[in-house]
Amino acid sequence: MKNKKGLLAALAALLILGGCGQNTQAPQTTDQNDAGTPPPEKQTIILATTTSTQDSGLLDVLLPEFTQETNIEVKTIAVGTGKAIQMGVDGEADVLLVHDTASELKFMEEGNGVERNQVMYNDFILVGPKSDPAGIAASFGSDAAGALGKIAETASPFVSRADDSGTHKKELKLWGDLAHEGDWYIEAGAGMGDVLKMADEKQAYTLSDRATYLSMQDDLDLEIVCEGDQNMFNQYGVMTVDPKKNDQINYDGAKAFYDWMISDATQSRIAEFGKDTYGQSLFTPNAKG
Amino acid sequence: MAYLWEGLVSAGRLIVGGDAEFWAIVFRSVGVSGLATVLAAALMFPLAVRLGLSSFRGEKTFSRILGTLMSVPSILIGLLVCLFLSRRGPLGSLSLLYTKPAMVFAQMLLVSPLLLGLAYPAVKGKGRMIRETAQTLGAGRAQVLGAVLREMRGDFLVFFTTAFGRAFSEVGSVMMVGGNIRGQTRVITTAISLENSMGDYSMSIALGLVLLAAALALNWVAYAFKERGGDEG
Repeated sequence: MKNKKGLLAALAALLILGGCGQNTQAPQTTDQNDAGTPPPEKQTIILATTTSTQDSGLLDVLLPEFTQETNIEVKTIAVGTGKAIQMGVDGEADVLLVHDTASELKFMEEGNGVERNQVMYNDFILVGPKSDPAGIAASFGSDAAGALGKIAETASPFVSRADDSGTHKKELKLWGDLAHEGDWYIEAGAGMGDVLKMADEKQAYTLSDRATYLSMQDDLDLEIVCEGDQNMFNQYGVMTVDPKKNDQINYDGAKAFYDWMISDATQSRIAEFGKDTYGQSLFTPNAKG
Repeated sequence: MAYLWEGLVSAGRLIVGGDAEFWAIVFRSVGVSGLATVLAAALMFPLAVRLGLSSFRGEKTFSRILGTLMSVPSILIGLLVCLFLSRRGPLGSLSLLYTKPAMVFAQMLLVSPLLLGLAYPAVKGKGRMIRETAQTLGAGRAQVLGAVLREMRGDFLVFFTTAFGRAFSEVGSVMMVGGNIRGQTRVITTAISLENSMGDYSMSIALGLVLLAAALALNWVAYAFKERGGDEG
């Protein structure tokens, strides 16, 4: 039964790749003989991930190597964590790479996934105008809650992602019980790059992941005002989607990706990423073997 | 498939239940696109009449350029307005980026060529006949302009609804220029784009239904007016 599923998934992947609707052939009759001595079969998986992994350029480095090693092509859908997880729930993706541990655990608890492991973490930073009108850097340089409290107290403009992304959820967690309402609290509903540009335009504070900020730093009049708080660390997890959801899920491909992401070789690649461009690693690998 | 049905049901609940945020977005969309179209029409219709009634050098070239501008992608307009309004741009000191006036301005730029491109050839065809009739009756310059605007109001209304429909349904320029800020610059199309990326389909569907209903209503009004005008003429 399991084998038949795998075959079906492979066929579905082939159909997508070839773009041809040759479905007159029943899956059972596509025996391996007619291929002669085939190279490892070309497969496709759909990876739902967050904009941050895409925007930072990490996936551009990792995915070609994965495809080369496994002959599995990865179709990346970069969306907010909320949507990525929803895609997993709906069975629209084969594997997820996201960063909201609470949502991930809920996803697994509700039986949507097969495996889950932590992959790496990066950290968030508070950035703001160089003039730092709320005086964050001086008094709350590594105290996120204190910094946000001060921003609220002085009603300094703050741009929120407000898009249900992992970064947005992290921001809400950091606010905790602090009130954050009013004209100064700008709910952008946009990606990290757009929000940084908006914060730059409005000379406002915002919470950003370090990778996106570093990659845009040259075009922004914004500086880091608060960093290094334990609460601003951002854990990424990888999860495979339960193939029972529909017969198009490529579980074998997803599992291959999962194993590859937490392998020692990939983990050290992650540790190296960003050093040549920014002089510092953007992600710290921490998969549990 | 169940989620489609659920989305549709909760979308209906949003529309009927008078959800404050939902209606605020709808009214903001109507306001921004409506104002942009009205302002553009106020400038472009008289211009179309003037140009259409007069003969000038390079009429053919003008028509061609106009034709190109009619189909300029909204994202390009967005980019242009962004470049001008950003803090480092020439109009940066106005602090207009990510505000409603900027959105109205961008949509004006978007629909102005469309209005002119539709109205100009129409005036050239029909307007000249009207002018001749009016002049035979002894009308002066201003009266001719008035007569053409009055006699062709059915056509102009159709052009207006077409332009409004384009503004109302475009997402490219309002997303870039407005920034999709909640409670300030979020309109129907940018909200749909956002809600979809957040995996919240009911709001998307509800807003999508409004877009569809608006298109239907606009077409209905335009055609009703045109048909009635046809009977009279």
